[in-house]
Amino acid sequence: MKADVPGKTGLGIGEVALVPVRLAMGLIDAPLRWLQRVAGISGMAAFFLMPNMLIFGIFILLPFFINFAYSMTGSTALFLSDRTFVGSEQYARLFDCRNYLDPNTCAEDTFWTAVANTGWFVIIQVTLMIVVSLVTALILNRELAARSFWRAVFFFPVLLSPVVVGLIWKWILQRQGLLNFSLYGFGFEPYTWLNDRNWAFAATVGVSIWAHMGFYTLILLAGLQAIPKDLYEAAEMDGTRPARAFWRITMPLLAPNLLVVVVLVLIKAVQIFDEVYVLTGGGPGTSTLYLTQYIYETGFAAQLRNPGLAAAASILMGVVLVVLTLLQLGLSRSSEKKGARK
Amino acid sequence: MSRVAEFLLRRKGGKGWHWTDIVTWVWLVGGLFIMFGPAVWLVGSSFKSPAALAEFPPSILPYVTQKATVEGYDKPLDLYDVTLPDGSKATLAEVRRIGIISQMVDPQKPGEIIKVNIAERTPVRQMSFATGNYTEPFTQFDFVRYLWNSVFVTVTATLITLVVNSMAAFALSKYEFRGRTFAMLLILATLMVPLSVIMVPLYSIISALGLFNNLWGVILPTVATPTGVFILRQYMLTIPDELIDAARMDKASEWQIYWRIILPLTAPALAVLAIFSVVWRWNDFLWPLIVLSRKELYTLQVGLSIYSGELNVQWHFILAMTVVTMIPVVLVFIFLQRFITTGIAGTGLK
Amino acid sequence: MGHIKLTNVTKSFGAVDVIHGINLEIANGELVVFVGPSGCGKSTLLRIIAGLEKPTGGELAIDGKVVNDTPAADRGLAMVFQSYALYPHMSVRQNLAFGLENTKMPKAEITERITEAARMLEIEPYLDRRPGQLSGGQRQRVAIGRAIVRRPVAFLLDEPLSNLDAELRGSTRAELAALHARLSATMIYVTHDQVEAMTLADRIVVLRAGRIEQIGTPLELYNSPANRFVAGFIGSPHMNFLEGTVEAVQSGKAIAALPGGQRIEIAVNGANIGKGARITVGVRPQHITVGSDAAGIPASIKLVEALGSETVIHADVSGQKILVVAPGQHNLTPGTELRLSLAAAPLHLFNERGLRLDHAV
Repeated sequence: MKADVPGKTGLGIGEVALVPVRLAMGLIDAPLRWLQRVAGISGMAAFFLMPNMLIFGIFILLPFFINFAYSMTGSTALFLSDRTFVGSEQYARLFDCRNYLDPNTCAEDTFWTAVANTGWFVIIQVTLMIVVSLVTALILNRELAARSFWRAVFFFPVLLSPVVVGLIWKWILQRQGLLNFSLYGFGFEPYTWLNDRNWAFAATVGVSIWAHMGFYTLILLAGLQAIPKDLYEAAEMDGTRPARAFWRITMPLLAPNLLVVVVLVLIKAVQIFDEVYVLTGGGPGTSTLYLTQYIYETGFAAQLRNPGLAAAASILMGVVLVVLTLLQLGLSRSSEKKGARK
Repeated sequence: MSRVAEFLLRRKGGKGWHWTDIVTWVWLVGGLFIMFGPAVWLVGSSFKSPAALAEFPPSILPYVTQKATVEGYDKPLDLYDVTLPDGSKATLAEVRRIGIISQMVDPQKPGEIIKVNIAERTPVRQMSFATGNYTEPFTQFDFVRYLWNSVFVTVTATLITLVVNSMAAFALSKYEFRGRTFAMLLILATLMVPLSVIMVPLYSIISALGLFNNLWGVILPTVATPTGVFILRQYMLTIPDELIDAARMDKASEWQIYWRIILPLTAPALAVLAIFSVVWRWNDFLWPLIVLSRKELYTLQVGLSIYSGELNVQWHFILAMTVVTMIPVVLVFIFLQRFITTGIAGTGLK
Repeated sequence: MGHIKLTNVTKSFGAVDVIHGINLEIANGELVVFVGPSGCGKSTLLRIIAGLEKPTGGELAIDGKVVNDTPAADRGLAMVFQSYALYPHMSVRQNLAFGLENTKMPKAEITERITEAARMLEIEPYLDRRPGQLSGGQRQRVAIGRAIVRRPVAFLLDEPLSNLDAELRGSTRAELAALHARLSATMIYVTHDQVEAMTLADRIVVLRAGRIEQIGTPLELYNSPANRFVAGFIGSPHMNFLEGTVEAVQSGKAIAALPGGQRIEIAVNGANIGKGARITVGVRPQHITVGSDAAGIPASIKLVEALGSETVIHADVSGQKILVVAPGQHNLTPGTELRLSLAAAPLHLFNERGLRLDHAV
């Protein structure tokens, strides 16, 4: 996006609505002029930056640092000052396992179940998400009639709230739901999908792909459309076979976008919570219990809540996310550089 | 894979139907059903009565079995079209059903019981929209309250986001000062600290500030979005610095430069951020779920999830409320889709 | 009103010094042009005067008052920017009014000033349009109008014509000159175009690498440039320079030998040059005469540009390029020889460091 010259004057009603805003802005101008005289222009920079930084500091930075302290304290007390220091006990508890491959041998078995579930979820969901989004993007990049309509079709669920997404699918997958109805037409008996451990897991994968694929398709499509058409024409003139053109032109030029998308999907998949919480509530049993829900329940919802343990688990998750985000920033920077070189 | 490439490079107006054209159309039409189908089904279901919702197989449109009040019976009875043993047809009301035999009565002659094989009768049905699903939650639940809470959170958070983020973006794009790079990096680093990582300590801070069970406790942690600062700063960087010099020569104060020059010129980016913010805040779930434990403070999302998790789910109300919750986002989607898609494609941020 | 004085003004960006001790006095009503190649610091100097940059050292005074710490808004100056910097979201009228509203001026007076400026600049028909709907020339006028309505102590113009096409630039230049005459206000005008400088300026300040090379009226600069840089910068096409060594000095004349062995006789005009000194002889292309005079310098023709009214000859004198502008039309072909005479030409002598040797013209 670039700032350009706006078109016409006249917002009509908008202008009228702006009158009180104008008055207010004008009223605070006098004290701010005084401030500017006292603090100078760099002082004004600090003034403009302050509200954001204040909120940011209190609600993001401060919790971020407190989290470490939290993870080293015990008891169910809320405020740090009331909590007892336990050192690395919480971490020790999380890692207390006889066999790391079997959650049942761990002291905190739900944590390891959540880790294992999240691991499987990430592997399967990210793979499928990339394939589905890429294929959709490639199809939308063809010369289609009404492309923006089709793009909108796939993008539509992205804006829906996770709760709505969860409820829609819960409704469809229930015993009298649309899925059973459709299968009934082929002679299948109704089945309660969400009571089956494997099907419930599959449902969380499928629903999260349904809800978010439009977003990644959009990014990939933007990447595809940025590839100059004349490259393909040149390849055609050189007698390049279409398969070769795909692997030697499309894929290399799309690679930076694709990598960024992979990391973005990864980051989101590790944190999966909302729609799953509504759809299955982590069940049946613990078959769709993922990390964020584990942290939420350990910290807030469980009978014997243990904020220290939740904090320790969240820091472990944070480490994974930091690595992934740094990867993403690095990738988008290098793809920007490549773009600049073009 | 060579085929994939072929279908990528094929151009319209080629030699008739290629197999890739078929794949394309299957994918698109399938996508249309999978993407829109569930939402359409939801809307359709939301107009069904509880009885119709419990039916299997379900009907696509909301039908209701007709009932009639018959003299001598307390409750209204279901009406059926019946083929009588002599081949004639009649509309009878069912009194009770024993095995495969249904005892029926003619509403006009309530004294006489007619026994009919259940294979010989079909319910009299009529399309009927159970609008009560929509109107009753307004009185029966605190639905209006949830709606108001959601609107309040969304509007307030968006306004504060716009003001606070644009001020920060202005400082970070148009002033030279020590620590500018540091501040920018700090804000970008926030991308690495999502809510799921800091929810436990954030909860204690909110409580310490007395914002637990307070809508402001939902609003404040969300407004210093790094994404917003980033989008606006990128846009403001494209506004020529000479405009600011000119305004300074024109005796404008820095505050005036901000709101009379920079803000109007950043309008397109502000619009994109506003749309994003509305959608984000409207859809927020986990944080409100943590902060709000009093029923009258629930946002729509929290209220919906709590009610849908109850033992006796009143699906007919849940579905209708879900549809209402969808409406603002669908409106945004219909009218502002172009803004959003270009916003995403331009920044790669969600 | 409008007297500006700079004393030892310096400016550094971090470790980089961009302005080195500028001393300059601008009289009230004067039109001074800062000229120099890009990166010479002329725009920075203008922005220091405007108050948009703070000088690192030295003193800046307007009308006798030191304004180093006065913010741009309170210096009473108005500026026309290279990109015009019109507020794109405001109409022309609002653009003109913005600065006046900021001083809490009564509405009636604002209207009066805008009307007057609009009439002067003939922009009345566009007052309610946005800058985006105007042509380059119209925007330029609005930018000037925005400065005029302020009735500033001095006008600062930063390359105001550089975004216009050649034809428009010529006519606007003339209008600017007329405007200056009419307003008789102090103007400081920055340009890299020496033609603009020559045609507009009361005085020209030639800048290079953050230093003043010479200050003077356009003709002073043309007729007696203080050094090789100014000599090469002022005048079009630029001055020819021939390197040589002084062989003999006698009775006000010096004989210099060019690398090819040709000797030329130069009037010394009291300059202090001794035998064996290495000098540069500068001569303007218009002052060289083309002929077959045997005493002339032999040159070979490389390229001939016939412009009709004059002929530009690119020639080679023993490995040094020489440009000659001969009036009228000449039938010459590249590759042939001709003789160039400097007899009638005013010659400019520079020493090894590029400084002018004879200060008497």
